[in-house]
Amino acid sequence: MHNKSVAELSRELESGTISSVELTQQFLDRLKTEDGKYNSFITISEEQALAEARVADEMRAAGKANVWTGVPFAHKDIFCTNGIRTTCGSKMLENFIPPYDATVTANFKAAGAVCLGKTNMDEFAMGSSNESSFYGAVTNPWGLSNGDKRVPGGSSGGSAAAVAARLVPAATGTDTGGSIRQPAALCGITGLKPTYGRVSRYGMIAFASSLDQGGPMARTAEDAALMMNVMAGHDPKDSTCIAQPVPDYTSTLNEPLKGLRIGLPKEYFSDQLSPAMEEQVRNAIREYEKLGATVKEVSLPNAKLAIAAYYVIAPAEASANLSRFDGVRYGYRCENPKDLMDMYTRSRAEGFGNEVKRRILVGSYALSAGYFDAYYLKAQKVRRLIQQDFLNAFREVDVLMSPVSPTPAFRQGEKNTDPVSMYLEDVFTIAINLAGIPAMSVPAGFVDGLPVGLQIIGDYFSEARLLNAAHQFQQVTDWHQREPQ
Amino acid sequence: MQWDIVIGLEIHVQLATQTKIFSGSSTAFGAEPNTQASAVDLAMPGTLPVPNEQAFRYAVMFGLATNAEIGRRSVFERKNYFYPDLPKGYQTTQLEQPIVGPGHVDIDLADGSTKRVRIHHAHLEEDAGKSLHEDYHGMTGIDLNRAGTPLIEVVTEPDMNSAEEAVAFAKKLHSLVTSLGICDGDMSQGSMRFDVNISLKPKGSDTLGTRTETKNLNSFRFMEQAIAHEVERQMDILEDGGTITQETRLYNGDRDESRSMRSKEEANDYRYFPCPDLLPVEIDDAFIEDARARLPELPDARRARFKEQYGLNDYDAGILSADAKLAVFFEETAEYGKDAKLAANWIQGEFSARLNAEDKSVAESPITGAQLGALVVRIADNTLSSSGAKKVFEALWTGESDSVDAIIDAKGLKQVSDTGALEAMVDEVLADMPDQVAQYQGEEDPKKRKKMLGGFMGPLMKASKGQGNPKLFNEILVRKLGG
Amino acid sequence: MSISRADIEKVAVLARIKVDSEQVSALEKDLGNILDLVDQLSAADTDSVEPMAHPLDAVQKLRPDVVTETNQREAFQAIAPATEDGLYLVPRVIE
Repeated sequence: MHNKSVAELSRELESGTISSVELTQQFLDRLKTEDGKYNSFITISEEQALAEARVADEMRAAGKANVWTGVPFAHKDIFCTNGIRTTCGSKMLENFIPPYDATVTANFKAAGAVCLGKTNMDEFAMGSSNESSFYGAVTNPWGLSNGDKRVPGGSSGGSAAAVAARLVPAATGTDTGGSIRQPAALCGITGLKPTYGRVSRYGMIAFASSLDQGGPMARTAEDAALMMNVMAGHDPKDSTCIAQPVPDYTSTLNEPLKGLRIGLPKEYFSDQLSPAMEEQVRNAIREYEKLGATVKEVSLPNAKLAIAAYYVIAPAEASANLSRFDGVRYGYRCENPKDLMDMYTRSRAEGFGNEVKRRILVGSYALSAGYFDAYYLKAQKVRRLIQQDFLNAFREVDVLMSPVSPTPAFRQGEKNTDPVSMYLEDVFTIAINLAGIPAMSVPAGFVDGLPVGLQIIGDYFSEARLLNAAHQFQQVTDWHQREPQ
Repeated sequence: MQWDIVIGLEIHVQLATQTKIFSGSSTAFGAEPNTQASAVDLAMPGTLPVPNEQAFRYAVMFGLATNAEIGRRSVFERKNYFYPDLPKGYQTTQLEQPIVGPGHVDIDLADGSTKRVRIHHAHLEEDAGKSLHEDYHGMTGIDLNRAGTPLIEVVTEPDMNSAEEAVAFAKKLHSLVTSLGICDGDMSQGSMRFDVNISLKPKGSDTLGTRTETKNLNSFRFMEQAIAHEVERQMDILEDGGTITQETRLYNGDRDESRSMRSKEEANDYRYFPCPDLLPVEIDDAFIEDARARLPELPDARRARFKEQYGLNDYDAGILSADAKLAVFFEETAEYGKDAKLAANWIQGEFSARLNAEDKSVAESPITGAQLGALVVRIADNTLSSSGAKKVFEALWTGESDSVDAIIDAKGLKQVSDTGALEAMVDEVLADMPDQVAQYQGEEDPKKRKKMLGGFMGPLMKASKGQGNPKLFNEILVRKLGG
Repeated sequence: MSISRADIEKVAVLARIKVDSEQVSALEKDLGNILDLVDQLSAADTDSVEPMAHPLDAVQKLRPDVVTETNQREAFQAIAPATEDGLYLVPRVIE
């Protein structure tokens, strides 16, 4: 059963070949025996999962089941789960058990899905390799057979590794600068970062509020569509969540791609990309041509400024977002503070890891008196230029295609001593967050036995079209079906 | 040296909304600690703010009442600083684009002149919680019930030049926001708090001096004292050749002392930036017109009406119209009492004195305007003497009875106005005092005669057991004694 | 662009993060590198460009003034570091 997709598991449950309790138990057993290799989970919530499975079976017996009823999945440990520890990958929240649910959590509960636990992640979603987690690095299932311990990408590396290793059929992720797409690419799964405002951020622990967006991580585009049907929609608790009708994302998966206009941003096929990676991406684009799409080169002249703008805006927002972790009302408080200042400064110094502290300090600096205009305001203006580039491109083409990451999964420890080299991992993904448009990562080949992702970028609220394009590609390729050994 | 005093005010006005500015928690005062602090108010991870429409409506009403421009597009910003009663580690406030732009308020001064005080802007923001410094094993307790209560912060131009002007402005603002119904005006509960910026400059100079800010004054009296104190402090420093440090000061009203709150080394850098969890708020014409339609009668208009409708003089009209609750009380008293001037006298006299003595607000008065009105009726129709009226007022206040007539009956306070009975008493008393009668009749000086008349009143009041109508006694006496 | 030790120490106080002198040295290098990366921004011509705070040009929706929250003090304080009599306790605050 562990090799089946969400859609397939749903059919198994519907046909009665297996109950949700049995299925959940099978996944839990596998998780407990296999995850030692990957460290993809921070918390396994066995008891609550089995209770949810029992309720799902009762719902099914009462004839009230839907697609998700009784299907196991996992949440990135950034989504608050009522009664289940939510750490955000940080020591700061080691003992934090929220008495409330994120809207995304509540949506999956309402759909009857069974949450097996919380997946590992870079601390406060800050990282591209999952090495900044207080709960240990996550190991990519790919390359492990050669004895190589490679990173799964980040920050949603736990979700990506768990899905790739068949520990769960699907998991939620969040993407602030590439945190769904890059780990999806490095682990050979399918991930979607929706339009900013498409999925509620309520109860999703904030990194950078104007960039963060939750989204699905699964093995197939069809499963990602099924997740989007649960995740997307207006939430009165999130002022930035847009009240736009949510389509049934599965209903357009089978639309033909004939006439689809694809743009290739020339800046994303630069010398930062290895020839082997480029070859795989170009092969994938040729598949689209075979499906009837047309291809032309486009330009995103300001894309090169995206990393610079991002590393002002994201740390600035984060510096304020993370001020609430002060040891007063919840979370870590240092031992025996000698006064208030000591309590603040030691709780935060001991509770946060190095990358988080670096970003808080950079953000505080960028906002401080005398630097605001040169850094923050300038970055917001560049952000506008980057957005305009995309809007101009979408006047000529329907979607853009590019690589997701410049290289396949790198080895653990290879980049985590140099923050800037780690930041460059997101060179092809970050501009999308700044613009707020949706983008996917779709398995598109291998280099040296490691997965390569194809990025499909769309205009605002074009998730259905992206999923359609990804699904059609998955009908004629089998990259997404490959299993790590 | 002669100095000009320059004063600007920042006034925090708590808005009388049902819920907080960014959450659906109640703002009711006096609840058990932290029982009105929701996940949003506590800044639990992942929680997000959603602004309260009523807070914007009240802010717009304030803007309309102060002749201000309304900010058609206002933006919330984060003001970053750490304090245990500030759960998010930043205050959500407005800076560059506030909801209320430049406006003005006219104040009346003691010399009868009026002065215009310009308002720089007023912005919406959230209140912080409270720190309780009682001893919790040497620790401080934090109550976050108040955290997130909506405030407008009104920032004036430095247009005031004396404590009197500053207090007049503060009282006028209090009168405005309570009349608008957007603030309960209860200063003892912190519903209005004043920060006073003060600087001195040599008389006639165009250059402003360095200012200090005295924070969190919560009564008009403390404000007046704090200004006097700070002006003196600055004057002493400047006249000794010293310089003023720009700083925030705390004033202790009980000891008439002030001290610096923060040293320069800890100078804050608030790192303001637009709050990414909130979108710009756009106020359209319909919203403004709706707010305008909700504007009640404002104090200046009410004052004019009180003069016109009740024939009050400017001074009485000013006092009775300034406080919305007092104005309502007066109108009720006048309606039931029929005699508006008598009603006005009683409210400004006995009633206000009693409230002050017991440190009560009009809202806390144990008697109603209708009851005071009934008392006024009985004074006007001569049923009660002034001493009897005071006895009835006392009985109403202490809750002995809620009926004026019942009290009059029970206490036997009804004045005797039956002329026949009074004449008989006068005859009797005059018969007992032949010497005084002769003395009176032999006196030529009308002033002295008038004084001598008083000598008969004591025995007459005694004879009538205090119930004889003194005015009638007087008339009868004069007639019987022969002019 | 480089960042001085004094700047790092100042910002660390603003952000309430304790740093020792060894950490300041490491931060000097790391933050300097990050700021070098960020300095690419200065090359962009943004003279007539409006700053972009949000991806979508949307306006704020306002909430009706109706109480929707109930008292959950017990649940919230169950995860608090220190409480007494319903209050959160912190080391003494001196104004």
